[in-house]
Amino acid sequence: MEKRVLFQSSWLPWALLAPQIAIISIFFFWPAGQAVLQSFQIQDAFGLSREWVGLENFRALFADEAYLESFKTTAVFSFLVAALGISISLLLAVFADRIVRGGLFYKTLLIVPYAVAPAVAGVLWIFMFSPSIGVVAYWLSQFFGFEANYLLNANHAMALIVTAAVWKQISYNFLFFLAGLQSIPKSLIEAAAIDGARPWRRFWTIQFPLLSPTTFFLLVINMVYSFFDTFAIIDATTHGGPGRDTAILVYKVYYDGFKALDLGGSAAQSVVLMVLVIALTVVQFRYVEKKVQY
Amino acid sequence: MVERRPSLSVLAHIIMVLGILVVAFPIYLAFIASTHTAQDIAQAPMPLLPGNNFWQTYSAALNGSGGGAGSNAPVARMMWVSLVTALVITFGKITISMLSAFAIVYFRFPFKGFFFWSIFVTLMLPVEVRIGPTYQVVSDLGMLNTYAGLTIPLIASATATFLFRQFFLTVPEEMVEAARMDGAGPMRFFWDILLPLSKTSIAALFVIQFIYGWNQYLWPLLATTSEDMYPVVIGIKRMIAGGEGGNEWNIVMATVILAMLPPTVVVVFMQRWFVKGLVDTEK
Repeated sequence: MEKRVLFQSSWLPWALLAPQIAIISIFFFWPAGQAVLQSFQIQDAFGLSREWVGLENFRALFADEAYLESFKTTAVFSFLVAALGISISLLLAVFADRIVRGGLFYKTLLIVPYAVAPAVAGVLWIFMFSPSIGVVAYWLSQFFGFEANYLLNANHAMALIVTAAVWKQISYNFLFFLAGLQSIPKSLIEAAAIDGARPWRRFWTIQFPLLSPTTFFLLVINMVYSFFDTFAIIDATTHGGPGRDTAILVYKVYYDGFKALDLGGSAAQSVVLMVLVIALTVVQFRYVEKKVQY
Repeated sequence: MVERRPSLSVLAHIIMVLGILVVAFPIYLAFIASTHTAQDIAQAPMPLLPGNNFWQTYSAALNGSGGGAGSNAPVARMMWVSLVTALVITFGKITISMLSAFAIVYFRFPFKGFFFWSIFVTLMLPVEVRIGPTYQVVSDLGMLNTYAGLTIPLIASATATFLFRQFFLTVPEEMVEAARMDGAGPMRFFWDILLPLSKTSIAALFVIQFIYGWNQYLWPLLATTSEDMYPVVIGIKRMIAGGEGGNEWNIVMATVILAMLPPTVVVVFMQRWFVKGLVDTEK
């Protein structure tokens, strides 16, 4: 797509593009290139010497049980975040769509978590579930005899970060589902109602199938969200612990690069992540709009 | 709705209220905690109604006069750093992506496709996949602990460039023709016609990018080491480093409330543009 009427200038377009290009070259392409280079090198912790090692870093990476474990953790985590986030928001959106009066009030309150920083969301939830002072942890142990301790129990830690991540993402999913539901023509629903389909039936045979592009889109977005944006939640709450049980891939890149100072290993992990993002982006662009049909 | 079903309407309200309770409870609790003293909260079931320590807690947080075991930097300063960072990121992004979209849509020049695609590809390189080397670059340029270091690496944005490109493509060509016939050059056209037409897109992007900038975590965590350059989100993280027993939770929670306030105000009061921005930037 191009305009037929254009301006003529030999220097202006370059000047207009210059700031954007300068920033992406210096802070995107150069570092990304460096990451790729470093992934083929081994460097000592002080950066004094470096040595080309070919695919050694990658071989070490995939032989490292902790790394494979981290893949599994990431898979479990992102599955839970996407599945729970999408189903809860769909439920809320379907009922919000029915509400005639007071809808704006509910909507306004539900979008607030979007404004909360992921790290802050994490802090809010540890405050409730902290074994020593958390009020929800106290209730659980008082009324149900359930000792929640995210510092010691891996499942509790996972549950905590999943909850915080879902809580934060509900607003986003909710708004998209609501917009999707409101764009379904009323006539379809009315026709089904005249044919005698009750709300439950109408939801599964009309609304849910018509929402499938939205759902698929949100699935991809939620995956990306749980891969990357949740770093802050994890770093503010569990620090990847107990042990390494909540160390998702991004957390491990950060930890190995900045805490353990294994630059080559961290760069190799970055490259693996880059491949993952590229795959997700391609899926998002190729399939989201075209393949999911009703 | 197509039919009246009072029972279903009641159920709808019940579900919404439940949803809102779950969404609001953590925030409510944080607010309650911020109105009590640290001792009140430290003993297991903390009170669930507001206390009368509101002013003391917030002034201790803002002035950094708390006694927690973690960092006790003044929150007022952090809020300022966050505000400057968020605004610079927001306006920087809007400016540079508008200019580059203008160049791509309204000019013909060599390697246009190449530049367009190289902006597009940055979508696939989030900070997380290149943290080590980006940190290296910023530290080599001496930009650690500066506003420049906090903002410039985050200013490039493929999404905003696309949004403006999409929008510019819908602007009728007659506009350009008319402008040219009246003797307007490209920049005159940009200022007097394109910019006013883009107002809604700018408002929508403002909401999204302000929240993005304010809530940044990983990058400021690396790029700032001195207390007086912490954005508030990082400040909270440093504050809770004292461990569960050592933290003054009332001050931490007061900071949490303060940190949420500006983005929440922006989202709630600019709701219409916020929703538009969300939908537009993702398409």
